[in-house]
Formats: sequence, C-alpha cells, structure tokens
Amino acid sequence: MRSRRVRPGHPTGSLLQVLQVLVSGIAQGCIYGLIALGFVLIYKASEAVSFAQGDLMMLGAFLGLALLSVLGWPFWLVVPSAMLAMALIGMATERLVIGPVLGQPAFSIVMLTFGIGYVVRGLVTMIPGIGTDTHTLAVPFKDAVVPLGGIVLAVEQLVVIGATAVLCLVLYLLFSRSKVGIAMQAASQNQLAAYYMGIPVKRLNTLVWGLAAAVAAIAGLLLAPITFIHANMGFIGLKAFPAAVVGGFGSLPGAIVGGIIIGVVEALSGFFLPEGFKDIAAYVVVLVMLMVKPNGLFGENLRKKV
Amino acid sequence: MRFIFKTSYDQDIRLAKHGGHRFWYSLLLAALATAPWWLGDYGLAQLTFILIYGVVGLGLMLLAGFTGLFSIGHAAFLGVGAYTEAVLQAQGWPFPLSMAAAALLSAAVGVVVGLPALRVKGIYLGIATLAFGFIVEEGLARWESVTGGNSGKSVGSPQMFGWAADTSQSFYFVCLVTAVLCTLAVLNLLRSPTGRAFVAIRDSEISAQSMGINLATYKTLSFALSAALAGIGGALYAHQIRFLSPDQFNIIQSIDLLLMVVIGGLGSVHGAFLGAIFLIGMPQLISAVKDLLPDAIGQAPGLKSVIYGAALIGFVMFEPMGLYGRWLKIRTWFQLFPFYRKGMFKRQKAFMKSDRLR
Repeated sequence: MRSRRVRPGHPTGSLLQVLQVLVSGIAQGCIYGLIALGFVLIYKASEAVSFAQGDLMMLGAFLGLALLSVLGWPFWLVVPSAMLAMALIGMATERLVIGPVLGQPAFSIVMLTFGIGYVVRGLVTMIPGIGTDTHTLAVPFKDAVVPLGGIVLAVEQLVVIGATAVLCLVLYLLFSRSKVGIAMQAASQNQLAAYYMGIPVKRLNTLVWGLAAAVAAIAGLLLAPITFIHANMGFIGLKAFPAAVVGGFGSLPGAIVGGIIIGVVEALSGFFLPEGFKDIAAYVVVLVMLMVKPNGLFGENLRKKV
Repeated sequence: MRFIFKTSYDQDIRLAKHGGHRFWYSLLLAALATAPWWLGDYGLAQLTFILIYGVVGLGLMLLAGFTGLFSIGHAAFLGVGAYTEAVLQAQGWPFPLSMAAAALLSAAVGVVVGLPALRVKGIYLGIATLAFGFIVEEGLARWESVTGGNSGKSVGSPQMFGWAADTSQSFYFVCLVTAVLCTLAVLNLLRSPTGRAFVAIRDSEISAQSMGINLATYKTLSFALSAALAGIGGALYAHQIRFLSPDQFNIIQSIDLLLMVVIGGLGSVHGAFLGAIFLIGMPQLISAVKDLLPDAIGQAPGLKSVIYGAALIGFVMFEPMGLYGRWLKIRTWFQLFPFYRKGMFKRQKAFMKSDRLR
C-alpha cells in the first residue's frame, strides 16, 4: 500500500516515501490527539480519568454510520447530528453514573469508566447484523487523492489534519473568550473557589463530559474513513493515553502535540524498524517519558507541600 | 453477638480470632479437600480455575488493595509465569522448582515495572503498567523461538520426582495446596511489619514516609511480591489451560483481573477469592439464563461484556467494598439484629482525595 503511492525509479523515492509516512503518521496522531483531548478535558474538569473515551468514539462512528448509510442523510448534516447525539449521551452518562461517585478514590472512577466501556462495546455488539461486522463509512471524499510535488496525499488524511486544526481553534476560542470556557478553567483550577464564585461546578462537569463525547464523535468520524468501523475500534483509545501523558495530562495543546508525536513515532518505527515495533512504539515512548519527565512536555510541576 | 475478651496482645494478630473462625475455615478446607468426590469433572475444572485466579487475585490484591498501587498490566506477570513454566516443564524440571523459577522471574519483571512507581503516582502508574503490559504481550508474540509466537505453545502436565499430576483430580490438589499456602503466606505477611507498611503507604504516603517507611523499598517489594503471586498463578494456569498463546495475556485479561479484585472487594483477602468466584461463575450463570431470554438478547455475542460492565458499574456505585463488603454488612445485620444502622460502614472521610495536590 505504501509502495503503491511512490513512483518507481524516482531518484528521491525513499525521501518522498518518508514524507508520505510522516503525513500519514501526523494524521493518525491527530486522531490520537483528539481522543486524548477528551481525556484531558475530563481530567481537568473532574480529575477523573475516563477509559471509556475510545468506546465513546466507537459509538460516535456507529452513529455516523447509522445516519449516513441507513437513514441516508447528507454528510454535512451527519457530522453535527452525530456530535449532538454523542454530547447528549456523554452528559447523560455523567449525570447518571459519574456524578454520583465523584469524591471516591480516583481508581473507583477509572473502574467505572472501564465498566461504561464494556457496556457500550457490548451493546453495540448486540445490535443484530451490524454490531459484529466491519463497515466502511461512505464519506464524500473517500479514496480521493491530491498529488503534491512528488508525493500523493490522501484527502482523508488531509481532512483529519484540517479538522483537528479547526477544532483546536474552536476549543481555544471557547476556553479563552466565552464565559463558559473561562468558568471551566476556573473550576479546573480550584473547584471549591469556583463554586464560591457562583460557578455551577456540577453543571459544568456535565457539560465537559458532553464536550468530550462530542470530540470523541469527531475523532470517530475522522478515523472511520481511514480504517474501518467495528465494535473493537475503541481500543485505539488505549494509544491515546500515551499521547495524553507525553503532552502532560492536564494540558489541552499538549494532548494534540503528544498525539502527533506518538503518531509520527509509530509511523516511522513501522517504516524503519522490523515488524512488531509499530504496535508498541507508543508504549515505549510513554515509558521513556515517564522515566525522564513524568509531568509531560506541557505539564505543570506540582508537589505536595506539607 | 460475640464478645471477644482479650487477655493477651497475641490475640490482636492471631490468624483465627475466635473458635468460629477455626470451625468455619476447617469446614471450608474439608469441603475443598473432598471436592473431587462430591463434585463432577466439570465442576472440579471450574473450581481449579477459581483457585488459580484466586492466587493471581491475591497478588493483585496485595498491590492494589493493600499498597494502593494499581496495575493495568497484571496479565503480563501472569504471562511471564505461564511461559516460564511451560518452557521449564518441557525441559523436565520438577514442578516445585519450575514454579519457583516462574515466581522469581515474574518478581524480577515486577521489580522492573515497579521502578517507575517510585517516580509516578496514580493514573500515571496505571498508564506505565498498561504500556508495560502491551510491550510484554508483543514480546511474547515475537520471541518465537521460546514462546512459539502467535501459533501458541502446548504444555504438558506437571511432574515431580517420578510423580505426575496428569489427572484433573491430582492437578486440583496441586492447585489447592498452592492456593492454601499462598493465602497463608499473604495473611502472615499482612500481620507482619512489612504488611503494615504496605497498608500505611496505601492510606497516606506522606505519613508513612514520616513514620520511617522507605517508600522505594516497600513499593518495589509490593510489586515484586504481587508479580511473584501472579507468576505462581500463571504457572498453574499454563498447566490447567494446556495451550498458551500471547492473546490470553492481553489488556482484556488485565482488566478482568482488576474487575475481579474490585468486585471481590478491595482491601480484603476474601475479596480475591470471591472475585475469582464471580469471574469464573458469571459465564456459567449467563449460559444458564441465556435460554430463558428472548433470542435477540440471549444469543447476542455482546451479552457477557454488557453484564460484566453493568456489574462493575453497579459495584462501584452502590457497593464500593465489593462482595466481601456486602457479606460483612449482611453478617453484621444478623449479629446486631435489631440494631443495625445504615451508616455503620460509611467511611468517616468523604472528601475528595486529590492527586493534583492543590
């Protein structure tokens, strides 16, 4: 597949090949970054770590599939509706399951999100005829390519990169300009103080879960054209953890940068190193990062003072 | 209601606190020792699995429930133990020796994983162990000359000094003896200064450190012991399942192990075994009630994971102390009969324990 895109006999073929690998690595990294963004949003808001983010992404992709292929909606309508639906699901999850146990040890909440992931995956698998198969998402730009200089870029990958950039801008504006965003920042810095200032912290937590689920839906819809949609695609979320850690667990730009680093390292190790290294590259990077700089690239260095 | 009149300090740390303990645990041991005669072949195989997972659960309980360090990659230790046993058994090592080697190798791996634990906490540690689990799984799949890779490796039956545990009955006794010895070892450990140090670290690292507990030593020790128990469990697992492949030790297995200790009840030795009963018994229960449900639900492939997930959510939300906590509450209700109050098991501290330190 990789060799197909490179013109044979081209003098700088290997360099172009590397460039090609880099672009696909960045695109894959953007997906990791988007999922990691969901973790970071939730972590900043409520200090809970959600292992269900990958499965929410899977659910978003399936929702997109249902709207696009079964109901036949146009793509421009599918994306916002899938996001909205996922936001509602995320908010409902927070209200019903996460909210009541906030305050228990962090690990209880991690186990809770494992449980949510299990339930979501199981429920999707249970849909007769659909849940156990793999599907392709028939997006309008499927399989289109753009030749650029010597390399050929897949439009799907460009869309991923572009959408991530736009989403980052939107989130940046949300957190720096809007009242809700500033309230979220305040609550993430100090919940109690924010509460005393009249910020409805609980409602914000619900909103953050909705936001994280909507971001997960985008990640799912962007990932679907590159790979396939199936019930176990949520396991890619486990590679987003290294992304979040490399970037620093509490930092939004860090999540995207970390995701891109992980994606690029993975793509390059798949290209240069023997088979098998691609799958564990992300984990090797995160272990090294934890040894060298546990707070990540953009993490704050906090120590407990007694 | 039983009132224990304490006349010596030994009574505080005695394993059996009173006659009731002695009576009921002897009865349990007698029932387990005679199980091959009153339980069918199938039931015996399930019981063997419960004992094996119980041993692994003891290890994870020591780490997660008593030291407060969570590992999302515990299947890796199970895998290291299982493959070590498989390789050594094929070379003709007697079972006790090969099992000890499996435990030691797992413990060594545990020390390596424990090293990041000295620098990172909370969720970072979880991710470090998760990453490590993936790397070990990939290593097992790629090191084909030893592990057989993805095509798997078959394991013979354990043998020692001319005696082979080649029937399911004899292997059951091997597992029973191992499980009992491991349980006694863990119980003994927990009443020793080392065990107390673990619990102190779980409750507050800073106060433990102030009391003169060397965090680095004890955390590494906890990882090593936990991994050793998982390795012993892995050695038994290899013989019970008879065919190893790397995907038996993947992230799902790790999450299942965590699910086991959380549902069993974090912070109790009983919890490890109750969780194992849940983990092994649940698929049986599901297949029993499957036929009663309409086909659309009963025959659906995702039913098991929905039930596991729902059980996990239910336990964390409504019974954080797990199955053992539920049992304690029921027992206390009967002991105190009309005087049981709802809040008796509520922890006094209900504030948010922040990892963010600010």
